Amino acid sequence: MEPLLALVIGGLYAAALFMMLRRSIVKLVIGLMLLSNAANLLIFTAAGLTRGVPPLVPEGLTRPDGLSADPLPQALVLTAIVISFGVLAFAVVLIHRAYEAVGTDDLRRLRDTDT
Amino acid sequence: MNPEIALPILIPLLGAAVSVAFWRHMALQRHLAVLATGALLAIGLVLLWEVWHGGILVMDMGVWPAPFGIALVADLLAAIMVVLAGFTGFAVTLYSLVSLDREHENFGYYPLLQLLLAGVCGAFLTGDIFNLFVWFEVMLIASFALLVLGGRRTQMEGGLKYVTLNLIASAIFLTAVGLLYGMVGTLNMADLAVKLAQVEAQGLVTVLSLLFMIAFGIKAAAFPLFFWLPASYHTPPVAISAVFAGLLTKVGVYALYRVFTLIFTHDVGYTHTLLLWGAGLTMLTGVLGAAAQFEFRRILSFHIISQIGYMLMGLALFTPLALLGGIFYIVHHIVVKTNLFLVSGVARRLQGSYELRDLGGLYRSAPGLSVLFLIPALSLAGMPPLSGFFGKFILVRAGLEAGAYAIVFVALLVGLLTLYSMLKIWAEVFWKAAPEPTSPSPAPLQGPERLLLYAPISAMAAVTVAIGLGAAWVYDVAEAAAAQLLDPALYVEAVLGRERLQ
Repeated sequence: MEPLLALVIGGLYAAALFMMLRRSIVKLVIGLMLLSNAANLLIFTAAGLTRGVPPLVPEGLTRPDGLSADPLPQALVLTAIVISFGVLAFAVVLIHRAYEAVGTDDLRRLRDTDT
Repeated sequence: MNPEIALPILIPLLGAAVSVAFWRHMALQRHLAVLATGALLAIGLVLLWEVWHGGILVMDMGVWPAPFGIALVADLLAAIMVVLAGFTGFAVTLYSLVSLDREHENFGYYPLLQLLLAGVCGAFLTGDIFNLFVWFEVMLIASFALLVLGGRRTQMEGGLKYVTLNLIASAIFLTAVGLLYGMVGTLNMADLAVKLAQVEAQGLVTVLSLLFMIAFGIKAAAFPLFFWLPASYHTPPVAISAVFAGLLTKVGVYALYRVFTLIFTHDVGYTHTLLLWGAGLTMLTGVLGAAAQFEFRRILSFHIISQIGYMLMGLALFTPLALLGGIFYIVHHIVVKTNLFLVSGVARRLQGSYELRDLGGLYRSAPGLSVLFLIPALSLAGMPPLSGFFGKFILVRAGLEAGAYAIVFVALLVGLLTLYSMLKIWAEVFWKAAPEPTSPSPAPLQGPERLLLYAPISAMAAVTVAIGLGAAWVYDVAEAAAAQLLDPALYVEAVLGRERLQ
């Protein structure tokens, strides 16, 4: 399972970079979404995949019986998903407002603040 | 258990929450903002006092013992940074009471500012690397909203660049955290320091450390990752620029200081040499960029970058004296840089522009402001007896002792070029004759507006002079902070207890 996920993650990072290098601001935001998803999947995979053993504590015990999946990376991914959701919602509104204010979605023409 | 460590995070968060609840009661929001930031400054000073006398303070959130729960850790560096955040927040809040127009205030300026301060203080105080990511995001989302508050065209453009590059930095940070957890299975910084030393594949640790260096380098606006800063910092209202200039990049610098003194010290010859190159190039590109600018805030923005180089130089040399100098420099820089932005706002208020060619004659019409500009400007360039002189002096001394002559040469050259930039502003804005007014000149300053614009600037100028004249005291605190940074065992012992130390 890990090699497959590793390829998927690599593909996501590559696609994200490709999209961010395009000139349209919509594609830029799609690139950012892919990037955060790639990072989330990476956390999930790098921490080790354990199949079919949820980290549940059986009744009467105070710790899981034997080997179980690590719940922490899932908590981390959950946190990261919520954060990226909020941030990307902001980014989508921002590109909409930027498009209204500037009148173009071409990144090459957003040069007023550069030096 | 030291619950007061959580207060610098809770006070601004509470202030923000209550402000949101009273969205239309602007008078209440204003009072609350002044109260909350004032309380933040006070609690920061209390924290610094306690850490100075009692050593590193730790609080395990939710009483989960470290490394399983999230620990808040206040060592001297963190406490110093909280004090500076409180001071900057308080001064800027007072300043914004009269400098912001109603439109900005109505869109939630005060709650956002307090949310920003909560994020900044959280990043300073946390002892958990994933929690650091979360506080970075809290700080970022507040700064995104502040940056585009008002929604002018330049703000949208600057905001887009700022948001994109900072989100990329966050993604790199998150990637690095994920790989780190996969490698050692812990996120507590003290625990990481212990466990990373036992990892066999030290090459992989170096790769990870570089990922962190890139992520924090973007946040700190270090060479070659600084492009978002000069593209955005000159666009929002000046009070927002000032608080960004004082605090945001310094959070990146703080994270570099924390991570590269506590966690990644396995291959100092490689990582810190890379940082040293980064420091030198950051100084040079920043100051040369400033030389080409003729807009008040753009010049100051580029100088933020060049000053970041000095702070990185202190970390990169990695000797007790160099770290001391770096910390001294951070203290000096936050006060001085915020103040310069605030001064630029008053100049704009008086003459209606940030362009140097449209300004002039302020030495005649506002002599008090001229003095208040000269103090931070000369301090930034490193004139004795102001605070910047001692910061640069310690760093240069540390560089000479370490035999790093090239970086010392760059540091001195950049100091000279900084002086050139500051004199350019002085000559254009204050010294030359006032240009023919093209539009009706704004109303003169008077009454409470004059008081509230000048009070924060004067206070910050007074602190600049005080740091210069009382350099020995700041030196002592910075020396103790540097000693704590260079002895990670102290940090590990405070967080994990004595038995975990081999």
